[in-house]
Amino acid sequence: MSAEIQTQMITVEIMGKQYQVPDGMTVISTMWYTGHQLTRGVGCLGGVCGACATVYRNKDDFALKVGLGCQMRVEDGMSFFMTPYYPAAKPNYRIEEIEHPKEELFKYFPEALNCRNCNACNKVCPQDIDIKGAVKDAVKGDFAAAADKALSCVMCGLCVSRCIAEMAPNMIALYARRTWSVFYATKHERLDMQMERIRSGYWNDEWEKIFALDEAGMKEYCKSRR
Amino acid sequence: MDPLLERYLGVIEVSRKHRMAQAVPLLRDQEKEALLAAYHPDYKKEAYRPIRFGPNAGAETVHELARLLEADSPLVAKPANLSRADYEVDVLVLGGGGSGATAALAAKDAGASVMIATKLRMGDSNTVMAEGGIQVAVKEDDSPIQHFVDAMHGGHYKNDPRLLKVLVEDGPFVVDWLDSIGVLFDRDQDGNLKVKKGGGTSRARLLACKDYTGLDMMRVLKDTVLNEPAIQIVEFAPAIELLTDPSGAVTGAVLQNLDVDQRIVVRAKSIIVATGGIGRLHIQNFPTSNHFGATGDALPLCYRVGAPLAYPGTFQYHPTGAIHPEQMAGLLVTEAIRSGGAHLVNKNGERFVNELEARDVVCAAIIRECAEGRGIDSPFGRHGVWLDIPVIDAMNGDGVVHRRYPGMVRKYGRHGIDIGKQPVLIYPTLHYQNGGVEIGVNAETRVPGLYVSGEASGGIHGTNRLMGNSLLDIIVFGRRAGKAAAERAKAVGFGELTINHLDGFHKAMTDAGVTPDAVSPMILPDYVRRPDNAGNLPG
Ligand SMILES: Cc1cc2nc3c(=O)[nH]c(=O)nc-3n(C[C@H](O)[C@H](O)[C@H](O)COP(=O)(O)OP(=O)(O)OC[C@H]3O[C@@H](n4cnc5c(N)ncnc54)[C@H](O)[C@@H]3O)c2cc1C
Ligand code: SF4
Ligand code: SF4
Ligand code: FES
Repeated sequence: MSAEIQTQMITVEIMGKQYQVPDGMTVISTMWYTGHQLTRGVGCLGGVCGACATVYRNKDDFALKVGLGCQMRVEDGMSFFMTPYYPAAKPNYRIEEIEHPKEELFKYFPEALNCRNCNACNKVCPQDIDIKGAVKDAVKGDFAAAADKALSCVMCGLCVSRCIAEMAPNMIALYARRTWSVFYATKHERLDMQMERIRSGYWNDEWEKIFALDEAGMKEYCKSRR
Repeated sequence: MDPLLERYLGVIEVSRKHRMAQAVPLLRDQEKEALLAAYHPDYKKEAYRPIRFGPNAGAETVHELARLLEADSPLVAKPANLSRADYEVDVLVLGGGGSGATAALAAKDAGASVMIATKLRMGDSNTVMAEGGIQVAVKEDDSPIQHFVDAMHGGHYKNDPRLLKVLVEDGPFVVDWLDSIGVLFDRDQDGNLKVKKGGGTSRARLLACKDYTGLDMMRVLKDTVLNEPAIQIVEFAPAIELLTDPSGAVTGAVLQNLDVDQRIVVRAKSIIVATGGIGRLHIQNFPTSNHFGATGDALPLCYRVGAPLAYPGTFQYHPTGAIHPEQMAGLLVTEAIRSGGAHLVNKNGERFVNELEARDVVCAAIIRECAEGRGIDSPFGRHGVWLDIPVIDAMNGDGVVHRRYPGMVRKYGRHGIDIGKQPVLIYPTLHYQNGGVEIGVNAETRVPGLYVSGEASGGIHGTNRLMGNSLLDIIVFGRRAGKAAAERAKAVGFGELTINHLDGFHKAMTDAGVTPDAVSPMILPDYVRRPDNAGNLPG
């Protein structure tokens, strides 16, 4: 959408070059504003897909930081570049072939035991997830806790890039979430009941009635049931 | 504090008590019609024109889409070498979102060799962004019939009843399947599936993973696909043309490698188009909630091989898209917040519509407030009204907002806004294509070999989709498409790869006196600022 912009200009540095941009934009909109064409590094533009990992440094600060480029506001003096791809490995497992999820965790992710508590993963996580805690929960067998902690993980892989024990904490947490849901979470009687009714044609007469209606009849029927 | 908010906080807080006691009546049918006709973008005549040729000749749609439907194939300016195929598979799935992933898994389960070609990374999609939930009738007081009734009413009675019956009856089985691959839906105290109330429904039937429903579904679907070595995935390779044999059946596709200047030819026995929605066309200049790749590619691709579209002229504008602070523009404020009791408030501190009205009605009301000077301007030239979220805590107790909407709290929290305490500025955002390629109950189109599932398809939701029915339809019809496509692949051999369909297309174009002024599909929106593309802000 086009708009009249009424804010101050700031100076940012992209891969070593300086640009003037209006204050209040994200890393990605700054890239576009300064003429960069992007194919990689952009996904949802809404902070949930993890495509836009960005490495940056603030003015007069020594530390290199990372964040999601579609969510981060650029600030005056900030220097950044986007890192579109991590070639992280992932073990293959089929959920239907798993029998004992808690033991098999160590078959698929033997490195899960090697966590050295450095906390680098937690510090880097743009979703503020206690991902170190989730790995520890999974190792202890508390999959419910791991599942809960990792709900908002966008799989950006930033924790993987920092882990000194060479593990993929996000993949471990996802394994815990999936297997928790399949093997341990409570089952739903109502869902079973509903499926049984559909299978047995419980509403067939009603459907017949509905499909015999003309447009006016359909309107009347639906309105009367609401 | 944000200066804009500072200016208005007084008005909002002073009026809150009064608003809490106030009952805003639901509009009568006639009042709704009048409001929609005056302010809903779907009713704006200047925004529409007839499509001049092809299967939907004469039907009206928005200029942005008509132009792409009448545009030429990229293979005209730069032909592809069709004498050999880079890949041969039983089933080619275009689109790596929720519906594509589901279709691929279903096709593989039915014994087919499968390839997914997608525009961005696998899973970068509208699906991953869905927050509110998925509608399925699972409670005692609910039934597929009741679900059907609500969707029919919401869809203005334009839904294809056969498709809708399939949607509501497959629903519980789909939840069971998602559960079996590890999607973790919220439970209530007794361990059963927890349901929330969504806009426009007569029962509470939204299942959710807090406000990360699409994220959990997509994460699990993607992981399931990645764990299947039998499914090949090619990323950053959008389809730019379908291929046909002399009988008109679809036999393959040409993909564009976005990393290097190269085309990829795929031969397949069946093709499932699951390329999602159109938000990035920025119809009528609206901001959008959609992901970067949502440029409606299915529509011109399928139109050119002769598949008619259902309701190509109706779009859904989500009432509550963020417009301020600027770095959040376009981002959706989940509808669960509106249905959970938040107030819509104009610049005078007044409510102006019952927040539980259907989406189109709420949108029209917000647009009316702004058009009549009761909106609020953002520093980047956008305008909107307030969504008073803190009223939820005022009604239900402190901390409710933080507990129920952790995703939203985090997104605003990054920019120093605590939605438990501060209202936010919103405006309708282009959200969903209600129509799409016309399909039957197994996601088949009128073109042999061509299946369409998910947001790219049309007919299920009539002219207005209810919240939560899309996450359901992408899985229901994705599974059906995968199965049907795999069955077809068992019955037919590989076909010839041609672009003969373009002959008929070009003839119809010439007969209609049309000279195309664009090439489609669009593939990616262009936000790069240049002299000829100035001040074009995404969002
Ligand atoms: C912010 C947001 C919130 C939402 N909330 C809800 C909700 O709470 N409940 C609900 O039911 N619905 C919701 N929806 C709608 C719902 O999420 C989508 O309609 C649905 O997920 C679409 O799924 P899909 O698989 O059809 O398309 P998508 O998930 O968008 O997947 C399409 C895929 O195809 C790719 N693609 C595009 N063009 C091409 C091409 N030419 N070749 C190859 N690949 C291509 C895309 O990049 C993408 O990966 C929401 C949508 C958004 C944007
Ligand atoms: S846990 Fe790791 S992959 Fe998940 S969001 Fe945090 S940093 Fe990204
Ligand atoms: S980065 Fe790796 S080693 Fe360090 S705390 Fe996290 S999981 Fe453990
Ligand atoms: S683009 Fe998806 S998280 Fe930034």
